[in-house]
Parts: sequence; C-alpha cells; structure tokens
Amino acid sequence: MATLAVPPSVPSPAEDAEQLRKAFAGWGTNEDLIISILAHRNTAQRKLIRQTYAETYGEDLLKALDKELSSDFERSVLLWTLDPAERDAFLSNEATKKLTSSNWVLLEIACTRSSMELFMVRQAYHARYKKSLEEDIACHTTGDFRKLLVPLASTFRYEGPEVNMTLARSEAKILHEKIHEKAYNHDELIRIVTTRSKAQLNATLNHYNNEFGNAINKDLKADPNDEFLKLLRSAIKCLTCTEKYFEKVLRLAINKLGTDEWALTRVVTTRAEVDMQRIKEQYHKRNSVPLDRAIANDTSGDYKKMLLALVGHEAA
Amino acid sequence: MKTIVIARSKFRPPGTHQESKARGETMAQSDELEALTRAFSGHGVDERTLIAVLGKSHPEKRKSFRKGNPHFFKEDERSFERWDDHRIKLLKREFMRFKNAVVLWAMHPWERDARLMKEALIEGPDSYNVLIEVACTRSSEELLGARRAYHSLFEHSIEEDIASQVHGPDCKLLVALVSAYRYEGSNLKEDTAKSEAKILLNAIKSGEKKTQDEEVIRILTTRSKPHLKAVYKYYQEIGGSNLDEDLKSDSRLQETVQCLCTPEKYFSQVLDLALRPDADKSTKKAVTRVIVTRADVDVKEIDEEFSKMYGVHLSKKIEDTANGNYKEFLLTLIAKGD
Repeated sequence: MATLAVPPSVPSPAEDAEQLRKAFAGWGTNEDLIISILAHRNTAQRKLIRQTYAETYGEDLLKALDKELSSDFERSVLLWTLDPAERDAFLSNEATKKLTSSNWVLLEIACTRSSMELFMVRQAYHARYKKSLEEDIACHTTGDFRKLLVPLASTFRYEGPEVNMTLARSEAKILHEKIHEKAYNHDELIRIVTTRSKAQLNATLNHYNNEFGNAINKDLKADPNDEFLKLLRSAIKCLTCTEKYFEKVLRLAINKLGTDEWALTRVVTTRAEVDMQRIKEQYHKRNSVPLDRAIANDTSGDYKKMLLALVGHEAA
Repeated sequence: MKTIVIARSKFRPPGTHQESKARGETMAQSDELEALTRAFSGHGVDERTLIAVLGKSHPEKRKSFRKGNPHFFKEDERSFERWDDHRIKLLKREFMRFKNAVVLWAMHPWERDARLMKEALIEGPDSYNVLIEVACTRSSEELLGARRAYHSLFEHSIEEDIASQVHGPDCKLLVALVSAYRYEGSNLKEDTAKSEAKILLNAIKSGEKKTQDEEVIRILTTRSKPHLKAVYKYYQEIGGSNLDEDLKSDSRLQETVQCLCTPEKYFSQVLDLALRPDADKSTKKAVTRVIVTRADVDVKEIDEEFSKMYGVHLSKKIEDTANGNYKEFLLTLIAKGD
C-alpha cells in the first residue's frame, strides 16, 4: 500500500504549474509550496503537470527544479517527479557509471519491480540513453557479477500463481547441493534464481527451509565478506520478501554514521506509491520506532520535509 | 502439365486407328500415372490432379498406379499391392502442409513465435536454430510480444524453459538471445564497434570454445543490430574475412551472427536446404515457417537474395517443387508485397 497522500480535490495541472512557477519566481524558492504540490500528486498527475508546465512556460519542469534546488532535497524532488520507469532508468544508468557504480541498485530494480514494470524501465532506458539496459550492465560488470546481474535485468518472469511442487522439490535439492559444494556461481543456481517465477521461487525456498532446516540465506552466509554472496542473498530477499529487504536498506541508511541519503531518497521515492505502508509497518516492528520519526531524527530542512510528506507523517 | 495429359488423349498420332488409339491410351496412361506420382511428391499435394485423375479413375487404372509405384505400394505375400505405412505417414504430413500454413498465417505473430519456440524446444537440439531465428530476426517489440504470449500459452517464461531444458554451452547463448531487448535506434559509437570487432577477432583466433567466451556472448547478445552490423563491417576490414564464415565451426554462433547481420542470406540458405529433394521432415517445415513469418516483413528481399545466391527466384523454385493449394498459398504470400 502506498503512503502517498493526494488531496481529495486536486487543482488542475494548469493551476499546479502556475503555482510551481510562482514558487521559482524572484529571490529564493518557495520549497514548502513545491513540496505541498508535488509530494501530493500521483504519477499520472505529475506527468500532466510536467506536460502543462512545458507547454505553458516552454521549459521542462525538471530543468527548472534543477536550477532552483540543490543537494539532497533537489535529488529527492527530481527523482519523485520523474515517472517510475524513467526514474528506474535514471537510477540504473547512474549505477553503471564508474563514480556512482552500484550493483545493489541494479539488483534492487531488477528484482523488486514486476515483469512489466521492469520492461517499461528497459523501454525508458532506450528512449533516454539510446542503448539497452542490458548492454550497459554487461559492459560495466565482469565475471560472476555480470553472470548474475545481466540475466536478472533481462528476465521477463511469468507472473502467475501456478506452482509445480515436484519442481520445487527438485530445485530446492539442486540449490542445496550447489551451496553445499560452495559452488555459489554455479549455472544451475543462477538459472533458478534468475528465471523462475516469483511464486515458483517462493515454493522452492519454502521447501528448502522445510527439507534442510535452514533458510537459504542462512546457508549463503558462509563468507561474510564475499561481495557476490551478499548480492545473491539480497537478490533472493528482494524476490521473496520485498518489504523486509527495503526495511533493511532503510535501517542501514539511517543508522549509518551520517546517513546514506542516496539510499534513503531512492527507497522513499521509489516505494511511496507502491508499498511504503507495509515497509513502515515492517520498520516499526523491527526497530520499535516509527519510520517517520527515525527519518525526522536523522535528516533536516527541506529534504526532511519532502521525505516526511512522501512517507506519511502524523504530526505537523 | 496435368492439363496437357487430358488434352493429349484427344490428339492421336497418325498410324492405324487401333494402333494409334492403343498408343495414345498408353501414353496418356503413363503421363497420368506420372502426374499422380508427382501429385503426391514434393511439398504439399496436387489436389486438382488427385481429383481429376485419381477420382475419375477406374479400378484397373488404380491397379496400374499401384503396380507402377513400388515406392508407394509393396506386393504383399497375400497377393495385393499394399500401401507402404511410412509413405502414408509422409502423405499425411504433405496433406497437412496447407492447413499448417493457413493456421500459422492467420495467427497473431506473437502467438506464432511463441508456438514456434515451444515446438523447437520440444523437438530438441536439431531445431534450436528456430530459437535463434525467432530471437534474432524479430524486432525488439515483436520479441517482447512473443514472450508475453508464451506466458499466456505455457504458464512459464521462455527463458526459464530454455534454461532448464537446453543443456550444454548453447544454453547461455540461447537464454541471453531470447532475453534481449535491443536498442533499435541508429545511434552507435564507431570506436566501440571497432574495438568489439577486435575482441571478436582475438576470441576466434585464440581457438578457445567461443560459446564459452564471455565477451563474445556479451557483444552478440546485448548490442543493437545496427551496432552489430558495424562490428561485422569492421571485422571484415581488420581481419580480412567475414565474421560468420570464421564461426563455421560453431553453428549456433554462426546462425546468430547471420540472423542479426545478414538475415536475408540466412533465410535464403534455410529455404534452399528445405527445398532440396533430400530434405528431412523438420528441414522441410522451414518453407512454411520462413514464408509465413516473413511475408509481411522482407520476403521480397529474401527472394532477391535467393536469386542472387542460387540463380533462380524463390517463387520459381516453389513453383517447381510445391504442389496444389499449398503452392498457391505460398506464392500468394510471396507476391503480397507487389
């Protein structure tokens, strides 16, 4: 469930565009006004506002925001304003560049989006970067990482609930075997994780747990410093218990010395319209403190206000 | 030819009336028997001849046909000419060729490609070239559509089925090809194309198993088609030979390169093999598959390439080797572009 709060009666895109224009006018910027509009509009509404703004003022709203805003606040507003496919394409592209390279972001996007959503990301990637997502990932990764990430980003998983229990049993056995042999990058292991439907994978991993006594991720903890194993565990977590995965990312981002703003911004802007409510519940359960309070304690200024507007905030 | 058979029986050569009548009838008879045999051979069956000649025939004529065709009928120990069982099976296939072509043609291209891929997977390694063909000669959107149709038809993703049913080094290549969503614009970096041509040259010269080479797979399974065509060109300039020829020892990679860079040449070769008299049952299927799947795309270009490579137009070759409704149907599809 989303935490995005859209007012029951929404001004027209033209009115919103006008208000935003006013927010940029003159000395300084009216950040509160920007937040009060953009942070309370859904994807379709934001798209209309962008279109109207461009038609009325001859400028892309994002460019105007880029000029007027700065640092973490700007990043959160820009990411939020983009539509989901474009946003993911932007984040993926950023993740393939040397300075901002991150296998984690690629993995997160590939595994937590639905099959069709992932495909739309690939389409948006073509349009924006004139290349395919998979060619950029392939080009910028090597060895086992390429072996895992390219198929994860290219797969178009079946989305039905059908499960074959015989297959679940036999594939759980294969996974157990390969993990036991420490062949973590084995073709069969990669095959199962990167091609099976989420429903089938869930069934297989449940069976793994029942049959072999441990959850698969526990068995994959053999070497705590192995980067590949960490990625593999995250992939499995993303695919089978998404909210827990995001709770962990948020927890690590907030608890980190200073804060990992990029991770925080990414999770909040990409999940506010999807399942942030469930992530909040998970966070509260795990950390005994509500997410919005944790964010409020760890961030400040307009950046904080933007995040809280998206995440849903009880007090003023 | 069949019409001449009927006409000839009206024109008797000079000589005694009895002799010429007998001679005329034997000639007409042997022409008819020949026509009947032809009606049952090649691609598809000649329905009209079967109706006109076989349908109208008296029992003695049919007996002559049976006796005169040891390939179709064998003398049974209990004194009758018996249909060869295998031949009946073959005939069943030939009769079905028209039906298969029609059904395939009416199908939505996405369903068509999904079914073709499923069939290829079931048939095994000898048919895996069809997987490469579909994955590499369709546009990115068409391939996505085929993948969606596959979900609906078979409740699995194509990549999970390929990954679990294909064994050996080809598996990775096939999964990657079918998963690709290649950029389709003309934007390409010449420098990258040049350096990737060099990478391919080195990989091929090194003699290692090329399908295991990470970089070869990466380039062939992720780069856009315009980029790959540029790589093909640079490969030729730098190395002096053509990329697909150098991959002769690895037929999957060769097919991949041909489908991506020179599809008309690839399709012409497939059709040529399928139209040969010794073509086996799964090779013969290619005629229907290629013509139906390319009729809306590039069948004219394939026809031209075919004529360049084999000295005869595809339409002429089909005229000579196919029969009846099946032939008419194929020729109509080929002529559509006119």
